[in-house]
Amino acid sequence: MSMDRRKFLKVAGLSTLVGLGSSGAFELLKPGRVDAEMEHGHHHGEHHEKAEETGPKTRLAMLIDIKALTREKAEKIVHTCHHLHNVPNWGDPKNEIKWIWEDEFEHAFPDSYNEYDEILEHSPFLLMCNHCDEPPCARVCPVEATFRRPDGIVAQDYHRCIGCRFCMAACPYGSRSFNWLDPRVMLKKEMAKGRKLNKRFPTRMRGVVEKCNFCVERLAEGKKPGCVEACPDVMHFGNLADENSNVRKILRERVSLRRKLELGTKPSVFYLI
Amino acid sequence: MIEKALKGSSVYWGWVIFLLCIIGAGFIAYLYQLKVGLGITGMSRDISWGVYIAQFTYFVGVAAGAVMLVIPKYLHHYTKYAKVVVFGEFIAIAAVIMCLLFIVVDIGQPMRMMNVVLHPTPHSMLFYDMIVLNGYLLINIICGYNTLLADKKGLPCPRWVKPVIYLSIPWAISIHTVTAFLYAGLPGRHFWLTAIMAPRFLASAFAAGPSLLVMLLLFLRKVTKFDAGEDALQNVARTICYAMIVNFFFMGMEFFTAFYSNIPGHKATLEYLFWGIGEYGNLVPFMRACIVIGLAGIFILLVPPIRRNPLWLAIGCACVFLATWIDKGVGLVIGGFVPNPLEVITEYHPTFPEITIATAIWAVGGLILTILYKVAVSVREEEQRI
Ligand code: SF4
Ligand code: SF4
Repeated sequence: MSMDRRKFLKVAGLSTLVGLGSSGAFELLKPGRVDAEMEHGHHHGEHHEKAEETGPKTRLAMLIDIKALTREKAEKIVHTCHHLHNVPNWGDPKNEIKWIWEDEFEHAFPDSYNEYDEILEHSPFLLMCNHCDEPPCARVCPVEATFRRPDGIVAQDYHRCIGCRFCMAACPYGSRSFNWLDPRVMLKKEMAKGRKLNKRFPTRMRGVVEKCNFCVERLAEGKKPGCVEACPDVMHFGNLADENSNVRKILRERVSLRRKLELGTKPSVFYLI
Repeated sequence: MIEKALKGSSVYWGWVIFLLCIIGAGFIAYLYQLKVGLGITGMSRDISWGVYIAQFTYFVGVAAGAVMLVIPKYLHHYTKYAKVVVFGEFIAIAAVIMCLLFIVVDIGQPMRMMNVVLHPTPHSMLFYDMIVLNGYLLINIICGYNTLLADKKGLPCPRWVKPVIYLSIPWAISIHTVTAFLYAGLPGRHFWLTAIMAPRFLASAFAAGPSLLVMLLLFLRKVTKFDAGEDALQNVARTICYAMIVNFFFMGMEFFTAFYSNIPGHKATLEYLFWGIGEYGNLVPFMRACIVIGLAGIFILLVPPIRRNPLWLAIGCACVFLATWIDKGVGLVIGGFVPNPLEVITEYHPTFPEITIATAIWAVGGLILTILYKVAVSVREEEQRI
């Protein structure tokens, strides 16, 4: 394989990304690395073109093993995520914020619902943001408060979001939540009852939208996403763009589903069934 | 010119004070919303847009309706509209301001509004909507002010205004097209994902805006010395009638596609809106009323002897205005969220503060219109005296 110097540098630079060459272990971006990559891509159109030519080097993806998932595990995962990200528990569907939640097959895959498949019908499912490769939420946002990073994570900037909720209308998976009321008020109430705040992650203000961020803050510290750490047998995280990654290996062996593929959003969350 | 708005009867002032009271109440409700958050409204995770955005959508249509007078007057030199065009433009001004206010009260972080300008995002339809709406406001202020000023002086409109007036025609189409694109480009919202959204928006706009105009002109004929002229009124009424027929025709096409194809996702919202799904059906009475009232409006405006009776003309226009309002200001936006992407049904119940705020914005529109019409009528009355 021949490779010019520029390409070589790029591959070398990106080889610190998830899963590359390591057996399921995570070597992740150092803080600021992705931003630097992004800047680079912005300023050098040429660089960008080349990237397309060779295909993206990183596309982070999550695999959820439905066969391994139980109600208890689902609860543990949800609890871990919501604790790590200081998601308040409003306790009513109107104001509710959720990053990941348990639901049924019928709701997760309304178009593929098959009333004769009793196994799937009774399995718990975990729903979350799909970190779509072509995210409609980012397309409609008028201020680029939600945007797709070069590593595939669809991120949310709580300081730029104006709270128009256009992204909520655009997301075909109902993955986004809006802070209808002040989340800090609820967190305070919960803390009085013994809830611990995660000091390493910011709380949000009311009037902005939020959703799963693939634990981007933990990835920057070289950690795995919280849900993966909570149930490593259920949640698998890795680089979809790398043929040798853990996730690609699993996908070669297992049957998987993705939600509403017909909409062209290209979800990065896979359900192993 | 504006000083004319300061001279009026006690009824006029009573009306202005009445509107100001509603605006005050809405302002207090808005302060409450600013303090507590949008949680004081009936909106939820599933129905994430409500009364505000629905009213916004409707009034974009009302604003665009003015073009139904501008086209005959300026492209076909239909002189019978000469005296009334400015009233259409003034409706547009009031309606666009209402739209902007509805957006402001709807967003969660209004202090960050300027982000839309600071971080221009050409792939967002909201970015274009901001441009076309503000542009349309400016265009109508320029056209309305100058035509009225020229009339007052008895001179023809300054020449540089002409191109602006011509520009207002495609611009009016654009505001409602872009507003339709806010909805029609979203994957996974079957009810909105339809190519006919923009044409249907335009058809209902060309019915809604002019029907408000005819009602107001009939009112002015009764209480002031200004008469828009029977021919002008009858012609606007014809336009309204045709636009409304086209609107209902388009609506029928939505029904055909959904029900003949029998695709569940496409049928779901229509079923919810017109028949209810299971125990959920709080919009059914509205939507059925919309059809009945709309058809009544079409009938009244279609049959010449009925239409020529001023009372029936007013009733017919009121029917059209109401039917289009239910269709767009109630059913379209809320319906799009039912069922949600997980095919779960959540219903929407607007709250008292939310309705107070929305009513206050109606009152702001009413106030702006009152003042502008007062000025315009005073100018027209002077003309007629001469
Ligand atoms: S799942 Fe929804 S919120 Fe997440 S990236 Fe896709 S469209 Fe955006
Ligand atoms: S709510 Fe925030 S993130 Fe969503 S579209 Fe509006 S500005 Fe963007």
